Amino acid sequence: MIRQKLWALQSRYAPYFFVSPFIALFSVFMVYPLCRSLVLSLYKAASPRSMKFVGLDNYRFLLRDWAFRGAVINTFYFAIVFMSLQIPLSLALAVALNGRRVYGRMFLRFAFFSSHLVGNVFVAIIFSMMLTPRHGLINKAIGAVFPFIGTETQWTAKPLLAMPAIVMASLWLSVGYGMIYFLAALQGVDRELYDAAEMDGAGRWDRFRHVTLPGLKPVLRFLVLVGLIGAFQLFELPFVLFGQTAGPAGYGSTIVMYLYFMGFDAGDAGFASAVGWVLVLIILLISLLQLRGLRAGRDD
Amino acid sequence: MRRFFYHLALFSLALISLTPFAWLVCATFKSKDDFFAYTFLPWNQPGRWTLSNYRFLFQHYPFAGWLINSVFVSCAQTVIVVTLSSLAGFALAKYEFRFKKSLLIVMLTTMLIPYQVMLPSMQLMMYRLGWINSYAAIILPGAVSVFGIFLFMQAMKLVPDELLHAGRVDGCSEFRLWWEIALPIVRPMIGAYTLLNFMANWNSFLWPQIILQNERKYTLPIGLTNMMSLPEFQTPYGVLMAGTLLSILPVVILFFIMQRDFIAGLASGAVKG
Repeated sequence: MIRQKLWALQSRYAPYFFVSPFIALFSVFMVYPLCRSLVLSLYKAASPRSMKFVGLDNYRFLLRDWAFRGAVINTFYFAIVFMSLQIPLSLALAVALNGRRVYGRMFLRFAFFSSHLVGNVFVAIIFSMMLTPRHGLINKAIGAVFPFIGTETQWTAKPLLAMPAIVMASLWLSVGYGMIYFLAALQGVDRELYDAAEMDGAGRWDRFRHVTLPGLKPVLRFLVLVGLIGAFQLFELPFVLFGQTAGPAGYGSTIVMYLYFMGFDAGDAGFASAVGWVLVLIILLISLLQLRGLRAGRDD
Repeated sequence: MRRFFYHLALFSLALISLTPFAWLVCATFKSKDDFFAYTFLPWNQPGRWTLSNYRFLFQHYPFAGWLINSVFVSCAQTVIVVTLSSLAGFALAKYEFRFKKSLLIVMLTTMLIPYQVMLPSMQLMMYRLGWINSYAAIILPGAVSVFGIFLFMQAMKLVPDELLHAGRVDGCSEFRLWWEIALPIVRPMIGAYTLLNFMANWNSFLWPQIILQNERKYTLPIGLTNMMSLPEFQTPYGVLMAGTLLSILPVVILFFIMQRDFIAGLASGAVKG
């Protein structure tokens, strides 16, 4: 009798039991810090013990701070340049590898993807050596192919070259990663559609535009959304590459780097939280725009 | 002829993409004087190749300790997050219970919020808890993965209800249904998610950089970054490169072991999503 009752209890409360450890951690380490950071963003915090309520002053200051404006512009610049290079390059590689008779496809796929296994920090360390003027591998290669540029390019010391250096490292890190997604999607496109298009006399380009591209749309959207969100959180690459500074004349600074410097170098947790909420706002706006695009795309 | 050039172009690109690895491996075997003098290695003088960078790394830095710390933190976090996410994912996929809808909505909302916004408030919390310099501050918050739960939820929806019902008739507890029926069915997903999560944790930098302040407690990314920011004459480049290579290697090996699951899992997630 008691056994039966216990048995009934365990089956009835099983789902609550299964989700409870997650809910406990989720509340303590996600919901609470989120709410706390919203409150914190209204305070000036010199140390954990001395906090002063300042209302929206943190946000007001942010709007006027030129260093923050620079970080925002840098981040947007990176996101736009990086995405408009990564997506076409990944797609081109995937299409090239998806040909009917390509030898060594497994090797090629691994060769392009392998860089994604290297963490951001390690990529930054490797690139900091390869970008060295005169002796670095990249400058030597540039000097060999374009003798008029030479080998003296100061990638990490010239303000205007700061973001291009970061874009270069990011591309090495993620073109192969995008390629894997496109390859999977290409394999899902119906072969018969190509044959039908060929019968109708569609050329190579027409087939790509009207058969391949529509089949790739979901993956394309996914990669753009994930890529943009990641781009706006850019931190490790510039932070390590520029030796834990904001880069030459601040041209390597990003929103998250600004947050880090304010929160953990200057030590104002309140102000840093306000920076964080501006980042939240930007990312939510981008996601909303994407979702609207998704809906508009479904209609046609 | 055209196909020859097609392959030539593809393989040259692949070679370019692999060059940084080759350069990195070579750099670890060069002495301080040869580091920039030779682009890759002094090929015709094998006598100049050296293991001194590796020796220096282990003798003058607590590198072995950082390696052990990284393995411990990444493994502990991965085991906990896979267990908790699969349990919660199972409950959300296969049971009806109160507050399920509201829970899903709250989880979805937090998914779009970048975690960096919580860094200051989390640091204050860890300070209050006395968890600065403690691995609990990294492992426990890392055990919360809304993304992981949604992955498991999607995968476990495919577990047939008849199978679960049959298990119940045979006297399996609900917990054993999860362990013996649901988990084996989603095994490929577990492989992919485990690797993905392990990689993310192995490479994670920002939060550990805030929490770990004692050199003995560093994980590899923190240790190497700090090695790099020492004045030039203190850290020979070859030693830094040796450390970098040894930090990348475990992930590469793990990838080779699990690569089938991984690429399949990666791709299926996108095509469905």
